Parts: sequence; structure tokens; C-alpha cells
Amino acid sequence: MKITLNGEPLEIAAGTTVAMLVERLSAETGRDPRGIAVERNREIVPKSEHALTALAEGDQIELVQFVGGG
Amino acid sequence: MSEKQSSDPLIIAGKAYTSRLIVGTGKYASYAQNAEAARAAGAEIVTVALRRVNLSDKSQEVLSDFVTPTEFTYLPNTAGCYTADESVRTLRLAREAGGWNLVKLEVLADQKTLYPNMPETLKAAQALIKDGFEVMVYCSDDPVYARLLEEAGCCAIMPLGSLIGSGLGIMNPVNIRLIVEAARVPVIVDAGVGTASDAAIAMELGCDGVLMNTAIAAAKDPVRMARAMKHAVIAGREAYLAGRMPKKRYADPSSPLAGLI
Repeated sequence: MKITLNGEPLEIAAGTTVAMLVERLSAETGRDPRGIAVERNREIVPKSEHALTALAEGDQIELVQFVGGG
Repeated sequence: MSEKQSSDPLIIAGKAYTSRLIVGTGKYASYAQNAEAARAAGAEIVTVALRRVNLSDKSQEVLSDFVTPTEFTYLPNTAGCYTADESVRTLRLAREAGGWNLVKLEVLADQKTLYPNMPETLKAAQALIKDGFEVMVYCSDDPVYARLLEEAGCCAIMPLGSLIGSGLGIMNPVNIRLIVEAARVPVIVDAGVGTASDAAIAMELGCDGVLMNTAIAAAKDPVRMARAMKHAVIAGREAYLAGRMPKKRYADPSSPLAGLI
């Protein structure tokens, strides 16, 4: 199924949860997943619910973290 | 000096800080240089921005590997937000990412001046405070809006000295003084400082602290400028507490007139 991740289309397996997505991406990029916040269709998904939240077709997902800024 | 400073803490939202200098983490050559400058500044709080995780460039440095949230208090900002809704959305995500309630709100009006949009800023502040945030607010140097933001419950009022990144210094010291005299929460000059004397002037006006980024990051030697800013903020604070001499129009000799040969 298709979702949009940080503005880019992404194909993922049905049944993928937010936790699985974050783990996969942090493994791929070497990023520490602890500092990452997740928004699904403009609603924050708290860390405690990552493993319980299954993604659905067409979901708009934002993964954000802190960067340098003034 | 350390004893003197520790007896004069900066208290923001009930928490005491020794340093009155808050620094940004943008525009540095590297995060390593950034960390060194923040240490040289003696800063305890650093501002940070929230952005999409870069999924394409895996070699990109990660801020928290260098400027760590254990060494510094992260102050998430809303840089780049032009509406109250965007700012609130950003800071809710920042709270989820870091778990902190202390935030820096800035709602900008246009890209040319990055001047704060004050009606949207006040609206965002009210929404954030209702949602449990401690809001340090970037604002214009308008004493009326400063009062309205304090009444809304902001924990620090942060008027601009001049435009963000301009280095023009404190353009309206009279207004900054008016804001300081009326405020019961810390007043921190945010933006406009270009060099050490600007920071000292802000502190001599009675401000409780100074927040800066470009003045340090864009200096030829950022770490050295960070050290200069640390001393300037301390000097300005001490001068303010000491109380300056009155200005006179004519000379007043420092040596005694009696006993002249």
C-alpha cells in the first residue's frame, strides 16, 4: 500500500505499524529513533502508541527531529 | 565572580540558570564548532529547530550527537512559521520529540524582515499556554504587546533588538527599557545583537538575558566571539546592578584640587 512520508510517496507492506516504520528508517539511516516525533494525518502519534498504530492506505506521515536553529 | 553570579540567577518558569546568555544552533560551519562555541559562551540553554528527518542524505550530521540535550537545555523554536496554527503544530511535535514544555515561540510576518506577526503570536501563545507549554516569546519592542503577552502567561518576553540576523544592535533602547520596567517576568533581547557591546547595552538597560545566534556563528572566529559575548553579558549585568554614574555636561576632576603646587 502507498503512504506519503515526509512529502515523498512510499510503498509499504499492509499491516506495517508506526513503530516498524520508524525502526526500519532508523536502521537504514543510522538515526537514533528516540529523538524522532511522528505525525499521522496531522495528529501526533505518541511514542507509547507507535507499536499499536497500524498505517493505512494514503496516510500522510511526518517524521521530524531537532536540527540547528536560532 | 562565580560566587557573585550564582547569587544572581536567571529564573525562567521556576528554573534557575547561572548563564544569562542563550545561543542558537544555526549557521555554524559544523555542529562540532557549534558545540565548542556554546561551551565558550557558557550557555546553558540553546535554541533548536524542528525539521523533517533527512531520509536521503544518511551522512548528514545529527545535532544531538554534538550539542547534546544532556549538556544543554534544548529550547525548541518555531522558526519558519508564519501562522499561529503552524507554530502550535510545530511545538506540539517538539514536545513529543523531546519531552520538554519550555519553548520559544516566534510567528513571523514576512521573509524580508522576519518581523514578528504580533496578533498571530498572541493567539499562538494563548493556545500553547492552555495546552501546558511554558512559552518564551519572540516579539516586537512594543511595550503594549509585551504586556499583553505577559498577561497571557508567557514566562519570558523576548523583544527584538533589531531584525533577526541583521547585527544592527539595540535600535530602540527606550522601548526595551519601557518593557523591562513594566515586566514581572524575564525580558531577554532576542535578535539583532552584532557584537559584544550590543549585548552589554542590552544588559545595562536591565534586560535579564540575551539570545543570539548569527553574532557568534557569523563571526570570523565564532568560539572567540562566544567568549566575548559571555564576558559582555556578565559585564552589562554587573554594570546594571552597580548603577551607573550620572551623566554630566562638563568635566569633574578626579584628582583633588586642594594641595596643588
